[in-house]
Amino acid sequence: MRLMRRTPIAPLEYSRRLWLRSWVGGVALFLYLPLLVLIIFSFNDSKRNVVWRGFTTKWYGKVLENESLMAALGNSLTIAFLATLISVVLGTLAAVLLWRFRFPGRAGIEGTMALPIVVPEICLGVAFLVFFAQVGWPNDLIWPLSLGNITIAHVTFCFPFVALVVRARLASFNREQEEAARDLGASEWQSFRDVLLPHMKPGIIAGALLSFTLSLDDFVITFFTSGPNTITFPVKVYSMVRFSVTPEVNAVSALLILLTVILTAVALKMQDISKTNAS
Amino acid sequence: MPEPIIEIRNVIKRFGNLAAVDNVSLTIHKGEFFVLLGPSGCGKTTLLRMLAGFELPTEGQILIDGQNMSMVPPNKRPVNMVFQSYAVFPHMSVADNVGYGLRIARTPKSEIGDRVQEALSLVQLGGLGERMPDQLSGGQRQRVALARSLVMKPKVLLLDEPLSALDAKLRAQMQFELAEIQSKVGITFITVTHDQDEALSLADRIAVMNKGQIAQLATCSDIYEYPANRFVADFIGSVNIFEGRMVIDEPERAEIHCPELGRVYLNHGVTGPHGSNLWVAIRPEKITLCKPGQAAPKDSPEGTNHADGVIRGMSYLGDITIYEVELPSGRRIRVSRTNLSRFDQDDFTWDDPVSLHWHPTSPVTLLS
Repeated sequence: MRLMRRTPIAPLEYSRRLWLRSWVGGVALFLYLPLLVLIIFSFNDSKRNVVWRGFTTKWYGKVLENESLMAALGNSLTIAFLATLISVVLGTLAAVLLWRFRFPGRAGIEGTMALPIVVPEICLGVAFLVFFAQVGWPNDLIWPLSLGNITIAHVTFCFPFVALVVRARLASFNREQEEAARDLGASEWQSFRDVLLPHMKPGIIAGALLSFTLSLDDFVITFFTSGPNTITFPVKVYSMVRFSVTPEVNAVSALLILLTVILTAVALKMQDISKTNAS
Repeated sequence: MPEPIIEIRNVIKRFGNLAAVDNVSLTIHKGEFFVLLGPSGCGKTTLLRMLAGFELPTEGQILIDGQNMSMVPPNKRPVNMVFQSYAVFPHMSVADNVGYGLRIARTPKSEIGDRVQEALSLVQLGGLGERMPDQLSGGQRQRVALARSLVMKPKVLLLDEPLSALDAKLRAQMQFELAEIQSKVGITFITVTHDQDEALSLADRIAVMNKGQIAQLATCSDIYEYPANRFVADFIGSVNIFEGRMVIDEPERAEIHCPELGRVYLNHGVTGPHGSNLWVAIRPEKITLCKPGQAAPKDSPEGTNHADGVIRGMSYLGDITIYEVELPSGRRIRVSRTNLSRFDQDDFTWDDPVSLHWHPTSPVTLLS
């Protein structure tokens, strides 16, 4: 019996060419190998992080028992939640404003709004440090008010992302739908609620997840604005690393990666939806 | 006397320096199927949007059922609109789309259900209430938009290019259905279109618009057979227009000299300014094509008008064939011929000498 003949590679079938496959593989290895090593060694049954001594999940247990780390995680989640909530409202309003209305200075606002995205984080961090010192922001507030300054700092770099995503989503909106709602008796507010908001929803969700991840991950800006009682998760991890890189740090990092990946995946999925059902 | 439902009084709409609608006055009657026809940019859509309330007139008044609409926002007007893109809400089911206006108006739930069903069966979407818009074809989506407007029982229904997005077969079917629905519900329909076939097949009366003004307002057959000016004659259907000068103008007889065509005889007076320039328009189907020597006798009415020429172009369309005949002056004239038998298209071919004749009632004289 003759072997099934392989179909020849078509001119545009680059994915079947060996040189391209190996290149893509090489890039992927370069990007993800460090993360893979980090995750693998979080299961290493050894205090030192160099030699593999067998499989264990005890470091994950240790992480969960580490009270200051869990407190930091609590801070991070609280800040991320609040910053996301505020960013979504501000970002959505900004997007609608820029899309819907013409007014003097519109181009200026659109430009400066993206500024927190492009300004180096270190500059923002220093700026917030100076700003909060200048206005005399109290640093003896009770929890969760003590997280206020970090939350404000996070909102400034999170809300432009929401605004951008929602603005992009709005570009596919058919204005006749809004007019149709008005024509059928809806007030301005009703047509916003019943037609525009449902259209923006995937963009809003994607923007929210994006800003939640950004806030949860942020180190530089948070480092400059956090006080001794308002340590966040990334800042705590950094201080742990300063003593020694134990598998506990690996375990913490693996958990953070997992959380970020899940949120990003959902965000991407949402953006996908917003692209496909734009009618 | 038909009752007016919409009165447009000296309405002007300017966008910057451009007058999109330039001093339009017209009255639309109750229960009428009214069509605004014109090329793109003629102001017809702007006029429709002013009726719906999405644009406000710069000057002039719009009255709907006797009420001045100047300060009335779109959601308070007794009119509903079917949009060109249909604008069906993609996140609502068909039934929710149709019931939207009723929910906004806080109609009791039980009544909403009944009225939605009634509207859906009117547009033949009876069983599709649970479907989502992305599961519908373009034609079905349009029916949803239609039902969504009709369920509100408006005094006037506005339709923006209702058939333009449909393919030819569906379009023909929808034309008849729209007319049928209109006669069933008895609502005044106002349609905007750039398509003359659509206008002729739907309308009770047509307003042909050009550059923001009404070029002619008349019934379908009057628009076609008695166009008021060259724009209307040329825009509706196909036509041959020749410039000429009046030679004889009597109550029962007129004679016009066209340099490119020769003498044109009419069996009625024109009552135009004697000796002045005017235009003669003849539709291709009103000219008869014959072999030289076979033309109707010159003293019969059919043979009064006569011209010779050579066939320079042909296009066979199945039911008719269109010929382009070059006249001695070099000007080409379009003639269409119905293919009454299966061999008719073989009678004439390129470069055949032919003779043309037409009835003295066929030409239309145009003064502008």
